[in-house]
Amino acid sequence: MSESLKPVTAIKAPVHLEFSYTAGRASTRFLRGMAQGKILGQRCPECGKVYVPPRGSCTICAVPTDVEVEVTGKGTVTTFCIVRIPSDSLSIDPPFTCAHILLDGADLPFFALIQECPFDEVRMGMRVEAVWVPKEELGPTFESIKYFRPIDEPDASFESYKEHL
Amino acid sequence: MRDVAIVSFAQAKNVRRELDANEVEMVMPVVSEAVEQSGIPRREIGFTCSGSCDYLAGQPFSFVSALDAVGAWPPISESHVEMDGAWALYEAWVKIQIGDIDSALIYAFGKASMGDLPDVLTLQLDPYYVAPLGPDSVSMAALQARAYLEATGRSERDLAAVAARSRKDAKTNPAAQVTGDFDPERLLGEPYLVSPLRKHDCPPISDGAAAIVLASGDLARKVCKRPAWIRGIDHRIEAHGLGNRDLAKSLSTAEAGRRAGLGTGAVDIAELHAPFTHQELILRDALGLGNEVRVNPSGGPLAGNPMMVAGLARFGEAARVLMDGQASRAVAHATSGPCLQQNMVAVLEGE
Ligand SMILES: [Zn+2]
Repeated sequence: MSESLKPVTAIKAPVHLEFSYTAGRASTRFLRGMAQGKILGQRCPECGKVYVPPRGSCTICAVPTDVEVEVTGKGTVTTFCIVRIPSDSLSIDPPFTCAHILLDGADLPFFALIQECPFDEVRMGMRVEAVWVPKEELGPTFESIKYFRPIDEPDASFESYKEHL
Repeated sequence: MRDVAIVSFAQAKNVRRELDANEVEMVMPVVSEAVEQSGIPRREIGFTCSGSCDYLAGQPFSFVSALDAVGAWPPISESHVEMDGAWALYEAWVKIQIGDIDSALIYAFGKASMGDLPDVLTLQLDPYYVAPLGPDSVSMAALQARAYLEATGRSERDLAAVAARSRKDAKTNPAAQVTGDFDPERLLGEPYLVSPLRKHDCPPISDGAAAIVLASGDLARKVCKRPAWIRGIDHRIEAHGLGNRDLAKSLSTAEAGRRAGLGTGAVDIAELHAPFTHQELILRDALGLGNEVRVNPSGGPLAGNPMMVAGLARFGEAARVLMDGQASRAVAHATSGPCLQQNMVAVLEGE
């Protein structure tokens, strides 16, 4: 096949767009709490569920969650996995442990790293606590919490978190 | 065909930049208001359909997180169109026609302020021959405006008159963003933005959200004193390539209007989704609307143009006039794509 008959298999059309996100009222309150070393959630006025981080609404009742609730950094691992796949977008080298953590008093588990714990000791029901960055490094970001680590407490019973898996 | 009516409508105030609320927080009060106004308990609404665009949000599947605003758990029957909410309304209307549901919630949201809207709109163009050249939305509208003025002998003064009337009418619309009394002659003294268009010929960039509840026959009569019945609805699409169609005319609007049954009687008002002044004139021509028809009493998109919302809002504004008893027959129109590429027309009637 001559050069001129080779198929055109691709064109280059670079696209570049920039966006400035709006955190929103609920996330703004949560992120300001992070800057003070506090974990702020919101309670649904109808069903009473506490959302941490808050999304500003109850996904079940579709009403604004305007009651602010502070919870501590203590919680329970509801499920976990050990990541062994490297990725350019990760700030941490594999392997590492990711977990869903249900903070005491909250009704929505969230995704976080577990450290200071051997992989074969991570388990569902394990009690953990937040490890914060040093006070002078606190900021309006989820990264104010570096990771969670195990604490010396008996495991939570499966019954206590089975609704939140 | 089943009788289907708009029984409620709510919309957020159109603003240039909503810095406080995110999309969920923008949508939630509007959805709550429309549902409450409809008188149909939220759990009894048979179907939910939304219109929005990931390119505006800058994130994939952004409509999924917006579901936080509607109470989607336990799971609801739900769908989404990556188009103006008017097309979500169309999907809901079809679903009600099929007969397994009697009501639907439709909502739309758009927060153009998070990105650069003209650049975002460029990405809806043909990705091989047009988008890489980077034409922006205002320049494309200007190509169309020039073609229209040359083809019809209309003047830039006619365009300024559309802008002045829209902004004046918008003074009574609490959701409008650009309102006030403007002298068309003075508007013509302003510099061109992209000739032949001046700033007043273009819509504002808006953040906004809107919601509508549809109900069929007996349910609509039960919950609403004066439902706005959708007597006919149709949408048509024209070629993607701007060079493949006559920009001075809107054949798809004319055809959609004909199939929606527009020709069977006089109309009192029309809410036209014409973001640019010349597009209102093109649409009037296509739908055969005479001077006796009041166009965009809400102020229309020239007074507030949230992307993905403004078309659905035309349906809501037209329905509101009928529900209030101020008119008995109305046209609602929505558009999508560059230079009126796709057009939806509905004929609405009060009782
Ligand atoms: Zn709730």
